Amino acid sequence: MAGSNKTNITPPRWLLAELTYKCPLQCPYCSNPLDYAKHSDEISTEDWKRVLSEARKMGAVQLGFSGGEPLTRRDLSELVNHARELGYYSNLITSGYGLTEERIIELKEAGLDHIQVSIQASSKDLNDHLAGTESFTHKKEVARLVKKHGYPMVLCVVIHRENIHQMSEILAMAEELGADYLELANTQYYGWAHANRDLLLPTREQFETAEQIAQDFKKKVEGKMKIYYVVPDFYEDRPKACMNGWGTTFLTIAPDGVALPCHSARELPGLDCPNVNEYSISEIWHESKAFNFFRGNDWMQEPCKSCDEKDKDFGGCRCQAYLLTGDMYKTDPVCSKSPDKQVVQDAIDAAKNSAMSADEKPLIFRNSNNSKAF
Amino acid sequence: MHRLQWEEVQQKDVILYPEGMVELNQSSAEILKLCDGIRNLDQIVTDLEEKFSTTDLKNDITSFLDVALNNGWIQQD
Repeated sequence: MAGSNKTNITPPRWLLAELTYKCPLQCPYCSNPLDYAKHSDEISTEDWKRVLSEARKMGAVQLGFSGGEPLTRRDLSELVNHARELGYYSNLITSGYGLTEERIIELKEAGLDHIQVSIQASSKDLNDHLAGTESFTHKKEVARLVKKHGYPMVLCVVIHRENIHQMSEILAMAEELGADYLELANTQYYGWAHANRDLLLPTREQFETAEQIAQDFKKKVEGKMKIYYVVPDFYEDRPKACMNGWGTTFLTIAPDGVALPCHSARELPGLDCPNVNEYSISEIWHESKAFNFFRGNDWMQEPCKSCDEKDKDFGGCRCQAYLLTGDMYKTDPVCSKSPDKQVVQDAIDAAKNSAMSADEKPLIFRNSNNSKAF
Repeated sequence: MHRLQWEEVQQKDVILYPEGMVELNQSSAEILKLCDGIRNLDQIVTDLEEKFSTTDLKNDITSFLDVALNNGWIQQD
């Protein structure tokens, strides 16, 4: 175990409940693990209720129902109702696919606080291509129904090379739909996005142009629409403060009951992530190897170890260090102090070369057939 | 859109909203709890000055309400 200092364990605040890996969409940047098809078990309604109760008792208050597509769980309203009774502020993170007005009302009555609808692009053709499913018209209708029934409407658009040129149109769409919050999430390269990185990573020029448009828009809609801009860390000098520090704030429960310190942590070797079928949430949070692995600073190597910013960014993202360098203990290579910074530039160059090449390989869509190949 | 609630574990009032949470200190929480859509500013000031047996709270309360308004925690009719 890398970090075993248990003296200062803060309670979890955010719980991400990944109810299922089933999804009617096939987005090629999905953050689910590539081999999700191997983890097809789903814990029961009663298990989820126990997880929600135990985490709430410890202090978790923000709750995301996610997936896959959480709407595919028939017990969703029952879980939402349970969460409301416990005092969670709950969010449904959905593609909108299959969401009817009837179900929106049912979820509202059950106590759901807000709905985050994702749209893949500002045009029907591109949205439906990226989603791998004809869904654009329905998603826009869902966004309107979410507003109509009094939920705060959070629109989420994942940004990458295929849609970054649509930034102005995406913002206009958010305005037209009356979004209260707009999440512009520059793709983070884990899971399927990592596999498709050469086709998804935009150039620095594309990022800068899109960011300027987004910043101007942010000023224009100040007070009406709140914008969350997830930064493209490949073009930053410092890493993100991933998960607000390992095992300090965030708890993810995967569909099969595996508890994760972040939703990508399944990709890391040797963590032995515990399952809620075997341990209580309190045991998992305080005692498990996985949640103590990168807690605190003891695990750090140089240059993080002696860095005066280590309490600000916690060495960055462990999954990113692992995916880019093969060593999860290393400094997140997006940091300009990292001796591995070149791997980020190599990734940027590879993506640019791929974009210019005449025979660019196709995107690998997220579906069970492709998942079984990993 | 925002929900104010007491968090037992933290022993604090918090404001919850999509993707975020603000922890409130006691005085901020006391002010927000009086923003009920019925009381006006003067009544809020009077009530709090009475409750805490003090005077001259108006400036502090006004500046906090500006913050609350800008963050969308309260709305102005």
